[in-house]
Amino acid sequence: MENLGVRLTAPHAAVLQPAAPLIDVAHWRDYVDLLKPRIMLLVVFTGIAGMVAAPGALDGGIHPIIAFTAILCLTFGAGAAGAINMWYDRDIDALMQRTASRPIPAGKVAPEAALSFALFVAAASCFVMAFAVNWLAAGLLAFAIWFYGMFYTMWLKRRTPQNIVIGGAAGAFPPMIGWAAVTGDVTLLPILLFAVIFLWTPPHFWALALVANQDYGKTGVPMLPNVAGKAITRQHILSYTVALSLVAIAPWALGMTGIVYGIAAAVLSLLYCISSAEIFITKTNAAAWRGFGYSIFYLFALFGALIVDRTGILI
Amino acid sequence: MTPEEKAAYYESRRGRNKAIGFSLAGVCVLFFLITLVKLGVM
Repeated sequence: MENLGVRLTAPHAAVLQPAAPLIDVAHWRDYVDLLKPRIMLLVVFTGIAGMVAAPGALDGGIHPIIAFTAILCLTFGAGAAGAINMWYDRDIDALMQRTASRPIPAGKVAPEAALSFALFVAAASCFVMAFAVNWLAAGLLAFAIWFYGMFYTMWLKRRTPQNIVIGGAAGAFPPMIGWAAVTGDVTLLPILLFAVIFLWTPPHFWALALVANQDYGKTGVPMLPNVAGKAITRQHILSYTVALSLVAIAPWALGMTGIVYGIAAAVLSLLYCISSAEIFITKTNAAAWRGFGYSIFYLFALFGALIVDRTGILI
Repeated sequence: MTPEEKAAYYESRRGRNKAIGFSLAGVCVLFFLITLVKLGVM
């Protein structure tokens, strides 16, 4: 634990910058890839859940076209932040097997074109959110883009092994933005939904880092397993999962959701704790992989349960 | 630029132009609908 506060910086000079294409042969799909479509899917889902959970959302509290616009802005705003991340991290992405085929390190899109695209999409999504939806949702979206694209990517990620812990806040904004789009304010439930994703992010990424720590090690990014060791990482995964479980059940315990969400949160969280305990006890990569896979299912299922609880679909 | 590179360049540029065209058309429709909602027509 004593070396967790060490500030490390990736050896920028030691890594190769990917070559920019001589002529612009980028396919439009390469620009879609810059937006990290798989993460966009998670953003859309949690954003819709936050929107549906807001009071009055299903009783005409928001016009369907405005709701669609809000989700569209949220999706492209998150994508823009991902594109800024890909632009800045192009040097280390080229070194990791998992990220080497991304459009910039693969030489499909020039870095300057990627940055211009990202900044345009970010500005457009915030602008439309402000004028079509409301200023609070636009402000939160702008802050989330800045937090992920600049604060996390450019400052936090290469300096501290707590990068994922603090940076996790960036991905936690969508349900809060979805809620704010409907109500124009932020109350306890969206803050709890924020806290769920905030506490979910570290064990999710640490499980991946346990398996792919050699890849991260090549880049000099101070992921927890490389800096503090695998044993400490497994311990952290378990403790964060327990904390996540308590926060996930809180909306039901505080009477803000129905029994459907309560039961789903309890069962899903119990299974997540068992999965994290397996990682801690067996110390195998297979358990870490299972934990990583389950964490994705967990978040989708938890927010899916919230949507079911609110809408009554499937009941 | 070889003929193959030139063909690839034109093909990718055509694809990007189409994507921009469709995106702009989508944005126009969206802005139109938002305006109708804000005016209380819908």
